[in-house]
Amino acid sequence: MGCIEMLKPQVLLRGISFREAREYIESNCDEYYYFQPGFKLFGEYIIGVPPIAVGIMKDGSVVFPYTKPCHGTFVLKHRDEAEAERVRKLGKEEVIRSLKRR
Amino acid sequence: MSKTEALILMGCPEVPVQMSIVLYLSGALRDKGADVFIAGNPAALNLARVADRKRCYVGRLIELERAIADIVEKRRSFNICFALAHNDAGITYAATVRALLPESKFFMIIFGRNAEELAGTVDFDVEMIVEKAVHNPLGLKKKIDGVLAWAV
Repeated sequence: MGCIEMLKPQVLLRGISFREAREYIESNCDEYYYFQPGFKLFGEYIIGVPPIAVGIMKDGSVVFPYTKPCHGTFVLKHRDEAEAERVRKLGKEEVIRSLKRR
Repeated sequence: MSKTEALILMGCPEVPVQMSIVLYLSGALRDKGADVFIAGNPAALNLARVADRKRCYVGRLIELERAIADIVEKRRSFNICFALAHNDAGITYAATVRALLPESKFFMIIFGRNAEELAGTVDFDVEMIVEKAVHNPLGLKKKIDGVLAWAV
């Protein structure tokens, strides 16, 4: 069992495509940031078709895609204010890096 | 990296042709002198272990998340990768590894009943081998032979 499953996060959506997960996060989260594969969330490298959207809610929850080979993609939500702040900080840095690349 | 380091990325093992193709491809790559790593979830890895108990065909078996961690943390790299997919999750894993190995030769083997429709969802830079194969691996084998003739 992975670290993320051990957190027992809330399952918002299941059995969806990765694209649907990204669209859900973009439409339903208070703020969201994009990351490339190789980004670590809750101690695990996040899986996804880049850019990978990770959302933050006002209550300090992180909303993110989670893909399993045989079960498709889930959208999970887990409240962790420190992780939400880390996502916000690194997400903003990622935006600045992508602007500099242009 | 002088020797060919090959990664075979397995998807969910529920479609029968996958294991047949993985054993065939791994054996063919080893015959060409490549070091072969096969990554998959525990069920897929166990299928490979049982099917090839003397390790005549399979290379080193590695858990999917560990393979990704090894690539990100630069403990391992691959100059050729074959990713197998018959569902959206397989495409998602392949896209992840593709992004982490931008310099490698990268092939996606897409199979299953919806192979063509699934192939239409791939929007990243890969060579695709597509066949509507579920039980019969011969069509895929023929296409893979064509690729192996020039890619390795």
